[in-house]
Amino acid sequence: MSRLKSLQELFKRYRRPGDLVFATVFFLTAVFLMTQLGTQAPWRGSRNIFAQPAFWPTASLIAMVLFSGLHFLSSALSDRQPGRWAEVWQWIRACEFAGWFLVYVWIVPTLGYLPTTILAALLLALRSGYRSLKIMLTMAIMAAVIVVVFRGFLQVRIPAGALYDYLPASIRVFWLTYL
Amino acid sequence: MNDLIAGIGLLFDFQVLVALLIGSIGGVIIGAIPGVGAAVAIAILLPATFSLPPLVGLTMLLGIYGSSMYGGAIPAILINTPGTAVNALTTYDGYPMTKKGEGRRAIALAYSASFMGGVFSLICLILLSPLLAKIAPMFGSREIFLAALLGVILVVLAHRGQVFAAGMLAAFGIFLNTVGLEPVRYTRRFTFDQSWLASGVDLIVVVLGLFALSQAFLLLVQKDDRPEMVSLKGSIFSGLKELWLYRRVATVASSFGVLMGMIPGVGEFTAQFMAYTYAQKTSKTPEMFGKGSPEGLVASEAANNAVPGAAMIPLLALGIPGEALTAMMLSVFYVHNVIPGPQLFRDHMDFVMALYVALLVLNVMVLMFLLVSTNWVSRIVQVPSRLVGIAILLLGFVGVYSLRNSITDCAMAAGFGVFGVILKRLNLPLVPIVLGMVLGGIMEVKLRSAMPRVNSPLDMIERPIGMIIFALILVVIGLHIRTLIRERRNPPQNVDSEIHMTQGGE
Repeated sequence: MSRLKSLQELFKRYRRPGDLVFATVFFLTAVFLMTQLGTQAPWRGSRNIFAQPAFWPTASLIAMVLFSGLHFLSSALSDRQPGRWAEVWQWIRACEFAGWFLVYVWIVPTLGYLPTTILAALLLALRSGYRSLKIMLTMAIMAAVIVVVFRGFLQVRIPAGALYDYLPASIRVFWLTYL
Repeated sequence: MNDLIAGIGLLFDFQVLVALLIGSIGGVIIGAIPGVGAAVAIAILLPATFSLPPLVGLTMLLGIYGSSMYGGAIPAILINTPGTAVNALTTYDGYPMTKKGEGRRAIALAYSASFMGGVFSLICLILLSPLLAKIAPMFGSREIFLAALLGVILVVLAHRGQVFAAGMLAAFGIFLNTVGLEPVRYTRRFTFDQSWLASGVDLIVVVLGLFALSQAFLLLVQKDDRPEMVSLKGSIFSGLKELWLYRRVATVASSFGVLMGMIPGVGEFTAQFMAYTYAQKTSKTPEMFGKGSPEGLVASEAANNAVPGAAMIPLLALGIPGEALTAMMLSVFYVHNVIPGPQLFRDHMDFVMALYVALLVLNVMVLMFLLVSTNWVSRIVQVPSRLVGIAILLLGFVGVYSLRNSITDCAMAAGFGVFGVILKRLNLPLVPIVLGMVLGGIMEVKLRSAMPRVNSPLDMIERPIGMIIFALILVVIGLHIRTLIRERRNPPQNVDSEIHMTQGGE
């Protein structure tokens, strides 16, 4: 019994609520990936072990399973901390903004970089609880500045919006090139 | 000497000077806004610098790296909130000084100590460069493989109390680097027959997700916060000379910064804690540490500002990045086909010198800028945190999408963003993933190219440099085991600290 207790002590590490959930998912993912080694990174012939394409995936997955197993063990053997599921809820809430980001990415090629960025800035400000005209104006200006600096001056590769083709000929080229 | 003059000549280019200006001022402002930090800014700007000449792009990124810590000291001292993660230790003594009505003195000491750390490390590097140029060619594939392995081991062991997590995340980084089409035999590895996985997982997508998007999501999810800044009265200039009283602490702290910056996987935090511990142990008033000790403040700021210059050594001389920010910069070199390593030191010493001199000029520019604009900078940073989150999200899009206009990249970055949120909230480190990806790639390539000359494992360490690195690996592991035994006898108190979140380069 005392030996078991000292084993527990050895693996105890500081952690925060939700650590066990993360440790479990990470460990299971590592084990799943390890089971796929045979099909996803097969060993070929009798060549030098270090020159095998499968060597590094195998080595990294062995390390992942080993360390995540120990991390899981240390988490499972430590005292339970309250607030586990409240923490997981925070992770899920972060997914909402990942969704906002992907919708923004999806709309840019159609609506164009400038309009989409201004729209995204305003909607996200509203979503964050801001209603004042001053903040809305600031966000619109900030969005426009981002577009002008990156697409206008630095000429980063962001395609022009499909809707820009319907603009009057006099301003179309400018919008297609800089905004 | 000729290389130094040629390097200075390279800097007299309009684009380089503008990049220096943008990097220095932008870095100060970015550093001063709590929740942004150099890692977020560099991750976002990285793809934009690909279209610029290498010296211009690197000067801008290095400028942000070097100057963000100056800016980060402002909120750390005035409102007890570190602007960048590496200023966390500055709050220990800086904020108590502000509470005692010595805010102006603390700011002046922080600036002068930062300047001292930055300039000290650069002078060391300029003087060391001829020696490095002689040593670097002695590093062949075997030695670089061993150095990268040492880097991975150090980044794992440097996370005290989180070694298991750091180990699994570093291994995850190495695994991510293997996904996709293997370059020698074109074997598909872990693509699950998905065409979008064939090209692998791009480092920049991972970096942008883990550092930039995760920070945006985190700020948007958390309670809105608007830092209330304190205004400083009077000139800061007069306080700068006070550093002379603490010249011993500043010099030793800067030396720790240089040493720790050179060792891959260690970085600012270890340097700071070593410098702080040294300052406290040798101080006549150790009881004042944590309650407003000027020596503590000087130790912290001098050590962290000495690191960026020193961190360039393993990157430039061996092509091995020591932490996340230099790992990001490595991609700028590769895009321009400038391969860091022994050849760079042999053939383009002027380029290396130009980078060092640029950093030197940057330190002077930042100090001048801050002497006249601290109050202005402290006002500009009073942006509500959720609005900062929105700005990072919009800027993160530029970074990911401009890489290759791929919606898949954006989806992957968003996935890594959520993963980054989880890691940050659990106070688990992000850096091992990035270093695992970069160092894993280096290890794979170098081990393969070393194989024709290796018939037995002992051939790996037959040359002196290889033997020294191998001995270092054994020493590092031995020291870690010794520490574990000591900790077992005397368990450390209050081991949960912000250090690992700070390792994330937040």
